[in-house]
Amino acid sequence: MTDQKIETSNEQVLQEGDPNTTGHVWDGIKEFDNPMPRWWLWTFYACIVWGIGYTIAYPAWPLINGATAGLLGYSTRAEVAADIAEVDAANAPILARMEEVALGDITPDANPDLYAYAVQGGAAIFASWCSQCHGSGAAGVQASGYPNLLDDDWLWGGTIDDIHLTISHGIRNEDDPNAHYSEMTAFDEILTNDEIASVVQYVRNMSGQEAEATLASAGEEVFLNNCAACHTDQGTGDQFLGAPNLTDAIWLYGGSEEAIEYTVRYSRFGVMPPWSADASDAGRLSEAEVRAVAVYVHSLGGGE
Amino acid sequence: MSVTEGAPKLYASREPVFPKRVKGRFRNLKWAIMAVTLGIYYITPWIRWDRGPALPDQAVLIDMANRRFFFFWIEIWPHEFYFVAGLLIMAGLGLFLFTSALGRVWCGYSCPQTVWTDLFFAVERWIEGDRNARLRLWKADWDFKKFRLRITKYIVWLLIAVATGGAWVFYFADAPTLLRDLLTGQAAFIAYATIAVLTATTFVFGGFMREQVCIYMCPWPRIQAAMMDEQTITVAYRDWRGEPRGKHRKAEDAAEMGDCIDCMACVNVCPTGIDIRDGQQLECITCALCIDACDDIMTKIGKPRGLIDYMALTDEANERAGNEKISVWKHIFRPRTILYTTLWSGIGILLVVMLFIRSEIDVTVAPVRNPQYVMLSDGSIRNTYDIRIRNMSHDDSTFRIELAADDVLRIELEGTNQLTVDVPADTIQLQRVYVTARPEDAPASAERTEFRFWVEDLRSTARTYQDTTFFGREPE
Repeated sequence: MTDQKIETSNEQVLQEGDPNTTGHVWDGIKEFDNPMPRWWLWTFYACIVWGIGYTIAYPAWPLINGATAGLLGYSTRAEVAADIAEVDAANAPILARMEEVALGDITPDANPDLYAYAVQGGAAIFASWCSQCHGSGAAGVQASGYPNLLDDDWLWGGTIDDIHLTISHGIRNEDDPNAHYSEMTAFDEILTNDEIASVVQYVRNMSGQEAEATLASAGEEVFLNNCAACHTDQGTGDQFLGAPNLTDAIWLYGGSEEAIEYTVRYSRFGVMPPWSADASDAGRLSEAEVRAVAVYVHSLGGGE
Repeated sequence: MSVTEGAPKLYASREPVFPKRVKGRFRNLKWAIMAVTLGIYYITPWIRWDRGPALPDQAVLIDMANRRFFFFWIEIWPHEFYFVAGLLIMAGLGLFLFTSALGRVWCGYSCPQTVWTDLFFAVERWIEGDRNARLRLWKADWDFKKFRLRITKYIVWLLIAVATGGAWVFYFADAPTLLRDLLTGQAAFIAYATIAVLTATTFVFGGFMREQVCIYMCPWPRIQAAMMDEQTITVAYRDWRGEPRGKHRKAEDAAEMGDCIDCMACVNVCPTGIDIRDGQQLECITCALCIDACDDIMTKIGKPRGLIDYMALTDEANERAGNEKISVWKHIFRPRTILYTTLWSGIGILLVVMLFIRSEIDVTVAPVRNPQYVMLSDGSIRNTYDIRIRNMSHDDSTFRIELAADDVLRIELEGTNQLTVDVPADTIQLQRVYVTARPEDAPASAERTEFRFWVEDLRSTARTYQDTTFFGREPE
């Protein structure tokens, strides 16, 4: 095949009656210069008229401060405000019930609609206000003092009322007399290094971790004299004082020798802000919101 | 090569088309198809189908509010949208098949634009008369008669248009109720708006835009070129038989003339106003009315029918060479159309099989992976799963969620001491499930352990399962 032949075989043959071409050619295909239908032109003009009318009726032309308001006075901001007001009004009755119904009755059996609303709404509140410390999945931060809310170990109690109290008033929050408050002694200057080393091994042994036997048995007396007042003789802790159970597998600040020794020497002082606007000036949540997030946390698998 | 000369026009006004009445087998076929398609369209929403007290009794209903599609005994849920996707793929392949075999047969016979335009032509002919009368009326000055005829025509068109838009909305709500609401002004705004929009489009597209829709607005005429080949059967003119065309006057030697007597019958009946004798062209919707018109003339002048005929491009070379006529079936049965048919029926059979084997219980298990696991105070490892049970039967039911009897893992349900979940009819229920491994059991310290949830519908005793993974504590 010669080049000549390819060219002729691709050439578009124009016939009698064909319109003019624009002169544009792609791969041998010429573009006809067919006229536009006139209705198309009128449609185009109609769109221009519509466009001008639209810019007069609606906010359109940018000015130095803002934009032209438009004859209809439409504003997306006002529309959002109206939507929000509508949603608030729709939520008002169920939020009122949320505050009236006893906390223990917000359950799937007693009040299924209220429970579903509390869990969904509480999840949103949790994501906004709680997840910064407790994590988006409520698993806390392991061994760093941010408690995991999914497990069955609670420093200050895991019933729905306990959780509600903790969220409302916070922890170690000096402005609010109803807040949980306790402080562990720092034993760094009270106990000798040997005593500290032995009580660390005793505590590790108590929770079933690997421990040096001689030191551990020596630690028992140190524990009973210094620690048992809060953590009890058995080491099971006291939720009224926020004293952790030392016999279980869960360690808020870690269960390694180093972590326990640090806790014994320097103590720990984890805090949580108060959330109830009714209980404290610093509170950001309404009573209904506190109750919703309490129900949500209680539903995560650890609630008692 | 010669092209028309003269100053180029930027815009062309529409040349009005006044198709003449025609009789013949393709016209009859078109009437039949129009009756069937319009009949289906207008009547379907009014067919009743008893599904029991809780469900609508409309045979075909697209229930947007409850996200359900009812089609006689079939009920499609949103998660079964693949059925609709499958039907759309079948529609696409069907269009490929018919176009490769029969050209633009869809355009010519069953496209709504064609069917409604044809109906509007029939009304126009009934009120204003046939081609010549309409041409005269068009040219005539405005007087009472022209005004009366035009207004009558527009009113009848408008009634058809309202009925068209009106029928559409009945597919989306209970038809008798909606009709009552529409008439008493109590129907939703969207219903009136839909009727208004469809009335306007039907009136304008069927009455005024007509062939302009096909030529300028529809993409299908552009796509068809890629779908057709030299075996595709389409409407064509036998120019080797018809040319040179001309009136058969006595003075001329009839033997030198072709069969075409240039009577313009084929042009006069064309709804898009073209001359089929120019060959295959973009504007031709292959409605075959020119075939009927020409056959009628050929019979009258005692020539064989089929000067304009359904034929393929290969027929031309074959007939010019004087060979025997190629059978229509030979054009239609070729690898390409057989492949399309196979694919089309394959998907169809697949959909039907899926329809019959689909389960009435649908269970999904979503493992909660934030965090992957939780250690409990006794050292056990717990994983959490969100199980969604969809009860597609029309009765309330209770489902039991359990693990295999010999599984070392333990199961608990959030918010209840039971292992059962109540799921109301036609709803999806979310249940949070905890699975725990005791510290001494292997899954607690294994990185991952596969296991199976069993879900049993206690009412129907149907059982289904879902496999998922248990994450143990990270190796220290």
